[in-house]
Amino acid sequence: MAEQERTQRPKQADHSQDVETGEPTSSAGAEQLKADLDSLLDEIDLVLEDNAEEFVRNYVQKGGE
Amino acid sequence: MALPKVLGIETEYGITSADPLADPIVTSTLLVSAYAQSLAHHSSWDFEGESPHRDARGSQCDSDRAPAVERHLANTVLTNGARFYVDHAHPEYSSPECRTPLEAVLFDVAGEIVMLEAMEAVKRVYPEAPEIVVYKNNSDAKGQSYGCHENYLVDRSVAFDAIANALIPHFVTRQIYCGSGKVGLERVGALDLEHFQISQRAEFFEAVEGLETTIKRPIINTRDEPHADASQFRRLHVIIGDANCSQVATFLKLATTSVILAMLEDGALPESVGFPLDPVHAVHLISQDSSVTVAIPTDRGSMTALEIQYQYLDAATHYLDGKDATFLGGPAIASMLLERWRAALLGLSLDPLSMASTIDWVAKWRLLSAFADRHQLRPSDPRLQAIDLQYHDLRPERSLAQRAGLETIIDPDSALSACTNPPENTRAWFRGTALSRFPSEVVTANWDSVVFDIGEDPLRRVPMMDPMRGTKASTEDIFARSQSARQLLDLLGQ
Repeated sequence: MAEQERTQRPKQADHSQDVETGEPTSSAGAEQLKADLDSLLDEIDLVLEDNAEEFVRNYVQKGGE
Repeated sequence: MALPKVLGIETEYGITSADPLADPIVTSTLLVSAYAQSLAHHSSWDFEGESPHRDARGSQCDSDRAPAVERHLANTVLTNGARFYVDHAHPEYSSPECRTPLEAVLFDVAGEIVMLEAMEAVKRVYPEAPEIVVYKNNSDAKGQSYGCHENYLVDRSVAFDAIANALIPHFVTRQIYCGSGKVGLERVGALDLEHFQISQRAEFFEAVEGLETTIKRPIINTRDEPHADASQFRRLHVIIGDANCSQVATFLKLATTSVILAMLEDGALPESVGFPLDPVHAVHLISQDSSVTVAIPTDRGSMTALEIQYQYLDAATHYLDGKDATFLGGPAIASMLLERWRAALLGLSLDPLSMASTIDWVAKWRLLSAFADRHQLRPSDPRLQAIDLQYHDLRPERSLAQRAGLETIIDPDSALSACTNPPENTRAWFRGTALSRFPSEVVTANWDSVVFDIGEDPLRRVPMMDPMRGTKASTEDIFARSQSARQLLDLLGQ
């Protein structure tokens, strides 16, 4: 899995940086964010193209510009 | 003194049909034609004066790779001054000339509405046609890319080499806040989340400078086709950019590039902000690094994209201090630029995910990683590629960008109005108003002229060689006094 290890993902800020930016760090705020994301994921489940594999395969474009 | 940064943005949209075998040239033509027919009137585009083969470095391209002008495809001019047409095998909306970066965002958003209305028009005008869907993205994940180009008015007296040197570090690094994000490295067929990129188009760039736009794409496009008085003006044609769904990202892309050009014209740029020693490789490396920490070799040593962007931001902050910034549209836009720019760089340096409401690639990454976690997907699951594509679907019932919580800076009613009403402070006002006032007399129009047929020979061409003339302030009164196109031409002295 060398490929995976090489890939860098967006970092999570540590707590001291949260203080620096003045972002809310309360657990209530974090729970709200998680709830928002959960409802967004529920919506993606509803609207995502039914047959993803076929949708992706059929999305063919010609070059442009 | 920096020239007013008259600017525009042209977007080629992806297009699909419910019939997967449909020819995209046909579906794009249906789309443009249906929209044109649904309007009260329809004027075609005038190709006089098009010269996409002229090279800013001083020569005519002798290569058979020079871009061709296609004259046979559907082509229309809108009353907002934009051009809506079929380019290659894509529907393209070229915004009218705008006077400020924020206005250019407004007219870009109007383009999204035009595309949506065109999709609806197809259903009315060609009810038997399979459904057509339009995507505001730049690649099909199978190795084909289509563009989102920007155009900026630049003083002709600035040497082209100086423009290239001033902008190459910017074009290599600005993707960190205006990249649209993509699942995979499509040119090597690694279509998985582990190979997520921050830019849709980065991997298609293979040269530092050049005239081509469809192959061997260059970071600096040298096309010298000013669509204006060539002795005074240059139109910088920028091809390295992703189409953004985030309005803030579009604003940042246009406003940062505008202010860097203004600083160049005013001699206010630092000698070097950090020039990448291998710009093409640097574009690719930065796109493949979603931690936004990779350092690239520059003439000032090893630097990250953020460090190079901070050099530009600091110079712009100093340059704009105490200026009225009329070249950018005024102090409010200058403040908005500096605040948004600083917030983007700070957010990316502390925690990229904190920018999910303004930066497309971050918003997309957030959806992808959360969806993959919820369903325990492997990185190459096709549902992740489907999310990537569907992020850019313009239909409200399908669009994921519209569900991603992106902040908006454009009022929806203003955007609707901008579909039919032109910008007031450029020549687009004359073009659009001539078309809406005298639709049957305007036979054709292009960027730098409008041609009238007033029933007698010859046709009358009104030249508009200065993009800043033909504004509402200078021609509103003449339009008000004209009951006919003939009167308008008389008053203009044509």
